[in-house]
Amino acid sequence: MILDSKIPEGPLAEKWDKHKFNVKLVNPANKRKYEVIVVGTGLAGASAAATLGELGYNVKAFCFQDSPRRAHSIAAQGGINAAKNYQNDGDSVFRLFYDTIKGGDYRAREANVYRLAQVSVDIIDQCVAQGVPFAREYGGLLANRSFGGAQVSRTFYARGQTGQQLLLGAYSALNRQIAYGKVKMYPRTEMLDLVMVDGKARGIVVRNLITGKIESHSAHAVVLATGGYGNVFFLSTNAMGSNATAAWRAHKKGALFANPCFTQIHPTCIPVSGEYQSKLTLMSESLRNDGRVWVPKTVELAQRLRRGEIAINDIAEEDRDYYLERKYPAFGNLVPRDVASRNAKLVCDEGRGVGGSGLAVYLDFADAIKRDGQPAIAAKYGNLFEMYAKITDENPYEKPMRIYPAVHYTMGGLWVDYNLMTNIPGLYATGECNFSDHGANRLGASALMQGLADGYFVIPYTIGDYLAQMPYAKVSTDHPAFKEAEEAVIAKNQQLLSIKGTRTVDEFHKALGLLMWDYCGMARNAEGLQFAKQEIRKLRDEFWRDVKVTGVNEELNITLEKANRVADFLELGELMVDDALHRNESCGGHFREEYQTPENEALRDDENFAYVAAWEFTGVGNEPVLHKEDLKFENVKLTQRSYK
Amino acid sequence: MVTYPVKGISPDMSFLEMLDVLNEDLLLRGDEPIAFDHDCREGICGMCSLYINGRAHGPERGTTTCQLHMRHFKDGDTITIEPWRAAAFPVHRDLVVDRSAMDRIQQAGGYISVNTGGVPDANTIPIPKTIADKAFDAATCIQCGACVAACKNASAMLFLSAKVSQLAMLPQGKVEAKTRVENMLAQHDAEGFGACSNIGACAAECPVGISLDNIAMLNREYISAKATSENVA
Amino acid sequence: MNWFTKTFSSTIGRKLVMSITGLFLCSFLVVHLIGNLQLFKDDGGLAFNVYSEFMGHNPIIRTMEIVLVLGFLFHIYDAFVLTRRNQSARPIGYANSHPEENSNWSSRNMGLLGTVILVFLIIHLYNFFWRARFGELSIDAGGNPDLYIVVKESFGLWWYVAIYVIAMIALAYHLIHGFQSAFQTLGLTHKKYTPFIKSFGYAFSVLVCLGFAAMPLYFFFFE
Repeated sequence: MILDSKIPEGPLAEKWDKHKFNVKLVNPANKRKYEVIVVGTGLAGASAAATLGELGYNVKAFCFQDSPRRAHSIAAQGGINAAKNYQNDGDSVFRLFYDTIKGGDYRAREANVYRLAQVSVDIIDQCVAQGVPFAREYGGLLANRSFGGAQVSRTFYARGQTGQQLLLGAYSALNRQIAYGKVKMYPRTEMLDLVMVDGKARGIVVRNLITGKIESHSAHAVVLATGGYGNVFFLSTNAMGSNATAAWRAHKKGALFANPCFTQIHPTCIPVSGEYQSKLTLMSESLRNDGRVWVPKTVELAQRLRRGEIAINDIAEEDRDYYLERKYPAFGNLVPRDVASRNAKLVCDEGRGVGGSGLAVYLDFADAIKRDGQPAIAAKYGNLFEMYAKITDENPYEKPMRIYPAVHYTMGGLWVDYNLMTNIPGLYATGECNFSDHGANRLGASALMQGLADGYFVIPYTIGDYLAQMPYAKVSTDHPAFKEAEEAVIAKNQQLLSIKGTRTVDEFHKALGLLMWDYCGMARNAEGLQFAKQEIRKLRDEFWRDVKVTGVNEELNITLEKANRVADFLELGELMVDDALHRNESCGGHFREEYQTPENEALRDDENFAYVAAWEFTGVGNEPVLHKEDLKFENVKLTQRSYK
Repeated sequence: MVTYPVKGISPDMSFLEMLDVLNEDLLLRGDEPIAFDHDCREGICGMCSLYINGRAHGPERGTTTCQLHMRHFKDGDTITIEPWRAAAFPVHRDLVVDRSAMDRIQQAGGYISVNTGGVPDANTIPIPKTIADKAFDAATCIQCGACVAACKNASAMLFLSAKVSQLAMLPQGKVEAKTRVENMLAQHDAEGFGACSNIGACAAECPVGISLDNIAMLNREYISAKATSENVA
Repeated sequence: MNWFTKTFSSTIGRKLVMSITGLFLCSFLVVHLIGNLQLFKDDGGLAFNVYSEFMGHNPIIRTMEIVLVLGFLFHIYDAFVLTRRNQSARPIGYANSHPEENSNWSSRNMGLLGTVILVFLIIHLYNFFWRARFGELSIDAGGNPDLYIVVKESFGLWWYVAIYVIAMIALAYHLIHGFQSAFQTLGLTHKKYTPFIKSFGYAFSVLVCLGFAAMPLYFFFFE
């Protein structure tokens, strides 16, 4: 298999415009003859479904939640980047492109990232027109802030809930198309398989989560906008229902999975408080603008603190190690996420962590409160402080916050070309579900940008190019390919229900999560990864022998839903380990302990690993086949990332 | 009503984690777990929806069920959990209800009719910060339905008013303000929600603090739309 | 249905009718109270009887009487329709509910309070209005029908006084919620004026009802 990224020829800045001119168009009158399936209704899915509906295509949209507005994009706090340069501080499309490529540790495609930066400006216009209430200045114009270590203020925001406001914008556009009858919405419906006819994606098999009914839907193209796979770790900042099933089952039907080991660990999350913990809560990265990260200087002090022999205030200023400020004087507490997370792990591994478990560091606002006054800090972060207090029962105005890194985002995903089409004709992947724009590490406020860019401004053009070459004729859901897929789904559900073992789905999920976190988390090494691979295989075998799924298929069955998702995580986890094991370098969110500089920084190997690792499925338990897409950098110079 | 004993509950546990513990226990005993809606567990998706000890989202104000912690209960307490009760929210199973009526109200006009592309630059129309902030306050509604659950009349007026006022305050939304409010209220009524009698239970129980001022604004919008819109049908 | 009937049969439309008729009925209370203050004049009821005779025959008052009856009818009819609708919006109630944690008792029991007031109204109308308009009353020293003597007799009965006092308490609670609620329904809220409307409504409700309740109590204890 040769991976063709279909990157247009020509200078970087002209590629997208030229491509838009070169793609085939579907006559407006003919658009209604095509059906498109969109799975997932987060930013990438809702925006795509709405826009395709506006263009005239007949769209069917699916989500497992009870309403499209609940997709997990809703939880994004910080903001969305756009190269508007409203602040006159030197931003430009090229600078946003450059920052994103560099932030991704040079493991993303130049052409994709440049296009992302280009359309970022249109996203803001679109959202404002939809009534998204972005923060504004007193003069009535839009406000910006600097975010996630960027040297310019290019982040648009809506207090601490930019994700919700953007999603409500896309949801409203989607609602309008539903009202017009151009989009048919299927909530509480989960995709369980992809159906291919003559080598092309022609539909999906879904389960109605209320009645359990297995149904098929046919279309001319399928768009997966199903988010990331962070829940493979059990504990993550993802929603409880976030899952990889749609993407994974497409992978099992032939879609390549790219860079699965590139996972983002977010540095500012509320630490785990106990075994029962079901998810982790993110505290916006913006907190690092004013909070100072520290741990006690010595292990002995940290131990005494943990045992409660001394209080935080007993630790003198000179006994506190503001390790980010010390090691990275230029960026200080604002270093990118991967760097901040890894350093938190380092100090905790040294035994200098705080909190009951020793797996936490302080994020201290005392200086900021002294400098700006409590009202100023409350105005900026009031809602976050409140949330922290609610969860931990501690007052962050008086006591520093305890934070620890947690799995947050997955840069890897289905391999797609420049058109966002996977290697399966007619199957597209957008948003977090694909691998394309963030390389090995995503910068803050870039996920929302990518989701909406894909949905509003990329796929509406590129899907037409494909559909223009498709016959109008629909494939009936009575086609043997559909029947076969339905039967396989039913058989799989029946198998899960018939095991009647002794261990719950959550037990397996937690065990998998722990393996992944310990061996394929913030720091990895060959030995640990090899061990994890064996353990995951064992766990998977045990799952299929001993899992306990009660009830029947023909009802609302929350255990069966979870079992299907965890079954897929158990396969995906192994692929992540394979990918991490093969990538003998450190880059972005992938840190191999064997490959680091003397100062413990990630050591990239551009000569051997400047490629996208796209994996082909060859059967459960079989070794996957690696396909490489070489990354060519013609517009940026590859340098060691330095935030010193 | 069924009563289950739950053991090993830590005060730092969230309410839903307590239910997780109960469900694991039920599963291991071979029973079916209790179905309840939840997703983000950080108070923003609006999916969790329990009526706990006689209150929507439980005893703490300004808190969704997922952000409620067990430290607000005492060891040995019996906690009553019910689903949202409303004709417009039929129960699917256990504690899971169907809230699609709220989606249909949104579909009736909770949007600004602009297609993707071809919109003016975002800074073309300045919006006073005070107005933008107020619109944002209305826009924070998470569509959880606690207002309906808490309302004696099972009215969805607080939810409806939040969307109507958000869009009516913004210059972009004013264009369609009249048809929007007429259509959205008609849908609200058709779904079988009750009428507002200004009790204020909705705003008191709203986890994100949507204000009753939005209902007053909705009423204003409705009166002026009905008096002056082109719609005579 | 055309736009007009549609408007006034919607949930907000019916509430508008409730608020407009409610405020109108409040204005009636004021007129009624001021007129009835004649009862306190220590002249054996002469002034009161002049007033009641005027109310019975003045053409403007007689016209307004029709408006008043319509006001009552619409208020009661819409209250009935809304209550039915609101009850059917929650066919299955909660096993355990604590509305006292989020709202006032009076705001949740407007229907009950209204019913108490309605029952009172029927008794009240039968006893005074009906007898003044259609009954045989003696003539007082001023040559007017002597309604005062009827008032005095009625308010000498303890149970009659009790009905009045209870009804006025119900009315006070009804108004405490109803007055400010009417402004909310009409959309007349603003952070500058709403606090005043709320305090005024509270004072209005208490004072008007105290005024009415004072009459039977005065007669019972002092006449």
